[in-house]
Amino acid sequence: MKTSILKMTLAGLALGVASSASVALADTADKKIALSNNYAGNSWRQAMLTSWDKVTGKAVSDGVVAAADAFTTAENQATEQAAQIQNMILQGYDAIVINAASPTALNGSVKEACDAGIVVVSFDGIVTEPCAWRIAVDFKQMGKDQLTYLAEKMPDGGNLLEIRGLAGVFVDDEISSGIHEGAKENAQFKIAGSVHGNWAQDVSQKAVAGILPSLPEIAAVVTQGGDGYGAAQAFKAAGRPTPLIIMGNRHDELTWWKEQKDANGYETMSVSIAPGVSTLAFWVAQMILDGKEVPHDLTVPFLRIDQDNLEANLETTQAGGVANVEYSQSDAAAVVAK
Amino acid sequence: MNRLITPRMLRSALPALSFTFLLAAIFYIQPRAMSYFGLNLMLNLGVPIALATLAQMMVITVNDLDLGIGAFVGVVACIGVTWLKETPLLGVAALLGCIAIYAALGALIHLRNLPSIVVTLGMSFVWLGFAVLILPTPGGSVPDWLRAFMTLKTPYLPFAVILSILIALLVHWGLMRTAYGTIARGAGGNPRSMEQAGWSGLRIKMTMYAMAGFFGVLAGLALIGLTTSADANIALRYTLLSIAGVILGGGEFVGGRISPIGAVIGALTLTLAGSFLTFLRISPDWQIGAQGAILILVLALRALINQAERKK
Repeated sequence: MKTSILKMTLAGLALGVASSASVALADTADKKIALSNNYAGNSWRQAMLTSWDKVTGKAVSDGVVAAADAFTTAENQATEQAAQIQNMILQGYDAIVINAASPTALNGSVKEACDAGIVVVSFDGIVTEPCAWRIAVDFKQMGKDQLTYLAEKMPDGGNLLEIRGLAGVFVDDEISSGIHEGAKENAQFKIAGSVHGNWAQDVSQKAVAGILPSLPEIAAVVTQGGDGYGAAQAFKAAGRPTPLIIMGNRHDELTWWKEQKDANGYETMSVSIAPGVSTLAFWVAQMILDGKEVPHDLTVPFLRIDQDNLEANLETTQAGGVANVEYSQSDAAAVVAK
Repeated sequence: MNRLITPRMLRSALPALSFTFLLAAIFYIQPRAMSYFGLNLMLNLGVPIALATLAQMMVITVNDLDLGIGAFVGVVACIGVTWLKETPLLGVAALLGCIAIYAALGALIHLRNLPSIVVTLGMSFVWLGFAVLILPTPGGSVPDWLRAFMTLKTPYLPFAVILSILIALLVHWGLMRTAYGTIARGAGGNPRSMEQAGWSGLRIKMTMYAMAGFFGVLAGLALIGLTTSADANIALRYTLLSIAGVILGGGEFVGGRISPIGAVIGALTLTLAGSFLTFLRISPDWQIGAQGAILILVLALRALINQAERKK
């Protein structure tokens, strides 16, 4: 009896070794990956889909994977996306990459997919179901990084004007809390005023113009993206000296920065999330299918533009668009290794 | 009149025909869907839509329209993943309270002679606000019994199919085969003569709105049984889906002309249309329009049949 159990255990161990070895060698040439996207109605999402097409199209023609189809739901609704994911399970995809309409409402469908042996990778709009992988954006760090940059740039500190996003949205809360945390750590900075710019240049310009008369001299403007150009226009219209304005990778912001840089050596930095993060998610899914060990929670690196690489980034950014970066297989491996 | 296929017959068969056609097309494109597992995956999210469609149908029966059902299902989902899980008694009380509010809405609309569209649209914002108050950030978790019920593995036929058939037959019996069901439909056909015949218009409206609330609650519970957690916006799309489901299933906006079995089939057809387009691999840019095109096609067919009926 004892020996038979021992034999079975040994056989089990041998099997385990054999299967893990075969996983490590697995080839992904016959694997199919799908993108489930909940929304395509703004320039960021359009750029995200274009990046996906470009990078996965090449991966398919190179024979890295068999297919990488993109699907977008008609309306930005969780129930519809849940149904879409269940359809993808039926279509026999090996991995599903998701930009989710809701962090929780897709969990049932994601679990169904995991149970069917499908790799699920969520990014940007992540899902909380534990069996899925998450490539999350650390918005709080994005706020904090701005203060770190300012502390280096202006050791003496000064007054800050904060431009926030859309009130009541999670992203706005996160970035703002990061900025405030950073201001607390660097006590030489004081947030003299806060306005809501709704991530739009025109709204930001009006909001900043409204609050400017009540403010002391402003050393720098901390932002959330899509608001830097509007802030610069407001300062100009009020006849006040232009402070250091952190930018958010939009084309109009980078163009303005370039003009100022050429005219008077203006210095700042620009930070946002690249829409090409969809391609990072694609490669992560491919690596998991390939049998590589990937932690379930990853963080998206920010796309940061500095004084020296401004021209290069501006050149590759479409008018009216957002600076973008597409990931390669080795970039993704580097993110995972971190 | 010895023709085999009359327009009237065609019209009542149209929902079932379009459903069968769509299902056949799906099986042709994606043979993998032709299995227990496949049917379950395609249709299980159709169950909450079917229930919401029946809720909408209750309101349409008495010539009204409910623009708040989606938000209402969202509230139920939020109650379901918070109170119903942690303090079941409070949860059940809250759900009963929701049904009572629906009955009260019916009374308000009847007594003040208000347009139902305005009242229910207004209520949709109230429901949404209520849902955000209960569950400010997406999350919560579903009671285990509900999850177990919705993921039941039945022999031969997937649970989603069995559940749909049962619900459809039950409501068909209640509205089409019982005396009170006839009275309710009569109230949609000619409310004045029903009242002159001695039936309380107030009571009929309150009953039908309460039934709408009841099916709305069932829809919310079925939904979270599948999704396992909720957010306040989870079912906003159900408002339009439920109206489309009723009409696709052969119902009319006025006159108490409804078909419970058709409504359930209509809701499932809408669910299948989504699957069909995914399987066709239509580019994302076209999917949005294609979904609408399927709807228009089915409704155009019905308009044709209606025209044929009128010509005779």
